This record gives sequence, C-alpha cells and structure tokens, in this order.
Amino acid sequence: MWDEYLFPASVEEALEMLEAHGGEARIIAGGTDLVLQSQRGQRRAKVMVDITRIPGLDLIEERDGLIYIGAQVTHGQIAASPLICSRAGVLAEACGSVGGPQIRNVGTLVGNVVNALPAADGAIALFALDAEAEIAERRGRRWTPITNLYAGVGLCTVDPCFAMITQLRFRAFGRGEAGAFERLAKRRALVLPILNTAVTVRLDGGKVERARIAIGPVAPTPFVAAEATEALVGQTPDEDSISQAAKVAAQTAQPRDSLLRGSADYRKAMVEVLVRRALKRAVEAASLPEGKDANP
Amino acid sequence: MPTLRMTLNGQEVTVDVEPGDLLAHVLRDKLGLIGTKISCGEGECGACTVLVDGKSVDSCIYPALKAQGREVVTIEGLGQDNRLDPIQQAFVDKTAPQCGYCIPGMVISAKALLDEKPHPTRKEIEEGISGNLCRCTGYYQIIEAIELARERLAEKGGRG
Repeated sequence: MWDEYLFPASVEEALEMLEAHGGEARIIAGGTDLVLQSQRGQRRAKVMVDITRIPGLDLIEERDGLIYIGAQVTHGQIAASPLICSRAGVLAEACGSVGGPQIRNVGTLVGNVVNALPAADGAIALFALDAEAEIAERRGRRWTPITNLYAGVGLCTVDPCFAMITQLRFRAFGRGEAGAFERLAKRRALVLPILNTAVTVRLDGGKVERARIAIGPVAPTPFVAAEATEALVGQTPDEDSISQAAKVAAQTAQPRDSLLRGSADYRKAMVEVLVRRALKRAVEAASLPEGKDANP
Repeated sequence: MPTLRMTLNGQEVTVDVEPGDLLAHVLRDKLGLIGTKISCGEGECGACTVLVDGKSVDSCIYPALKAQGREVVTIEGLGQDNRLDPIQQAFVDKTAPQCGYCIPGMVISAKALLDEKPHPTRKEIEEGISGNLCRCTGYYQIIEAIELARERLAEKGGRG
C-alpha cells in the first residue's frame, strides 16, 4: 500500500520528511479514513509520516479563555474530556456521535478537518465554535479560521503532503453561552449522517447577543447559516424567534437529492426540525446560571 | 522490511511486516491468531476488534506499525489454561453467539467497556458495542451476556 512508514519525533522532522519526498509522503494520524482511501487509490502516497508519537500534540487544555486541542487528540478523548463537556459541550456531543467506539479511539478531530467532508460531525461543531487551526509549514506556523480550510468535498486547503495542522483552538463558553449538536441518521452508530447541525448561542439581558449555526451536509463544505443567525440575534429567544430562525436555515440550506441520504425536499424540511431542536437546547442551557453546556 | 515489536497477549513478540500491513492481517496471517475476524475490512463492523493499550480498535484499518511498542490483546489473550474469561463464560451461558463470527469482536468490546467502566448501565453497554455489528442475534442475548459478566465480575470484586 505504501513503501515506508515513518515516526517523526517532532513537527519539524515531520515537515522535513514531507519535503524530502516532494509530495509523495503524507501525514497520517489515526488513519481511520486515510487507510481506506489509500486502499481504494483515492489518496496516494509512497510514504506515511505518522504524527501520533510527536510529543506535545496530545493536549486538551484551556489557556486565557481559549481551548486548544492537539493534532493527536481522538474523538473519544474529546467526548470524554471534562473540560470539553463543561466548556464546549457541543463539540463533545458531536465527537461522541462519530462512528463507533473503535473509530473514536483512533480517529482524530484534526484528521476529521483535513479529510474535509461536509458531513463530518466534529468539523460541523468546530464551525459553530468559530474555531481556528494552526498550520505548520516549512516557512513557519500560522493560525487560520476553520472556514478557510475547506475548498470542496474532501478538499482541505492544507495539503498533508506538504504541511500539517498541529492544533485547533476556540473560545470556551462563558456565562450565558452554550451550544448543542443534533444529528439525523438511519441508525444511531456507525453511519454517516443524513443531516447534522451544531449551534452556539450567547445570551445577554434576555436577548440573543450572538449565535452561530452550522449545518452539514447541505453544500460541498460545512454550511454556516448566516441569515438564520441574523434572524435570531437581538431577539428574545422564545418559541417564535427560534422557529423563525430554523425556517430561514431551511430556506437557505441547499441539500441535494441523494440516494443515500434522501430527497432534497425531505432534507430541507429536516434542517428546520434539527436546527429548531438544537437552538432550543442551546438556549435552555445558556439560560442556566453558570453557562453550562447542553449535554443531556 | 520493518520489524514490529509489541506485547501480544502478555508475551513479547517480534515480527517482520510490510510498511503497509494492517494489524488484523499480521495477527492472522503472520502470527496465526485467527480468532480476530475480518468481515467488512473497512472499520464498519467491529469483527476485527482488538485492544491496543487497553483501547478497542478496528485492527483491519489499523496500520500494524502503529502497534510498535504497544500492548495488544486479542481474543486469544482472554482466559487461561482452557478456562474461559468471565465475559466469554457469560456469552456461553446466555447463548449469545449464533453464527459466532462477530463474537470475538463483541467480547473484546465488552472487555474494553468493563475494564474502563465496571458497572455500565444497559445504555452504556449498548453504546459500548455500538461499533460491532451482528447479523444474527438482534443483540439482546449479547447485551444480557455483558450484564451477566458485569454482575459476576462485581461479585468477584476483581474489577469493582
């Protein structure tokens, strides 16, 4: 399948390995997607550069109100993290719904981003959290918004044959803030979603001060429902305003007819249901005294 | 050819592997441990589940070299001297297997769950085996077997 399997001891060494192979080497983390893609010839590489033994990339931590998640952190670790559950519960919910336990034990959230599928549960939550990713290239490191990482279905703007994402970061929920994740699928585990949505809200003085609604897969990249958010901001978050925002989300989402996922009409109708449910739960949780998450 | 060194069912083993070998194939074809089954071959069904450092993984999509220096447990590593592990015995007593093909993976997933969480609720048991498909049983006897194992292990106090 590939000719060499390497374990660099540092990010710099990983980048050197990539450079030395001039595009024929590729970063691998958990490999839960990449192994299959390699077997099917969808993503080719002669050399795999496994970053799961580089010290320092395994952290989940909060610094100055920001939560950082390293490139080795698995979906399972995020779903079980007390920090993520209490300060970014929407991400714990999303990561906990990926695959089954065996996939969550190995697959990483950063890998989920690099794989760039518009249905990826973890990535949808990162869009709702307005996350950023740190990219390491030979010329240095830089932070970029998650929205800049997606160029199309399966196309990440960070090419893992030349660069890598070392960590993610986003603001931890504070007082009056919460999120929620909802997912529609044929069964509760091991299947890709028909639809998923992640929302975050911040309430202030009984009004919605800020909100963010991400939906997948209704476009080639995760969809941020900006008009729905605008409909909600400044409003009292009651039954009416939430229902209205969910309606707008459904109007602006563009799901395709899909043999796998159902008709466009059905999925549009379900966008409204999922967004309404997620907003309700997020608003409820944000109304709690301590800005807790919406974990059930 | 790279050399893979790991602890396998408590024993140090050394085996030459191709860089692209997957753990399930190394276990079955190079080490003769055919208790680990390959069914879907793409990480969907859990028949190939083994433990790596105590965590359940789908060995059919797990690059073998990732196990370098790790502790791997397969179904052959459970029980001793012809005595079944309490989880295996509970599967027998509850008649959990029908065709049996998914069962090694089910037992390993049950072990991962009970090692980490000795007193799982029924819902936690369902979630614990949610990465394992069974096309025969409808899962009920398997869930009951894990509940029985939970009770027996708690009685023994070994994990509780």
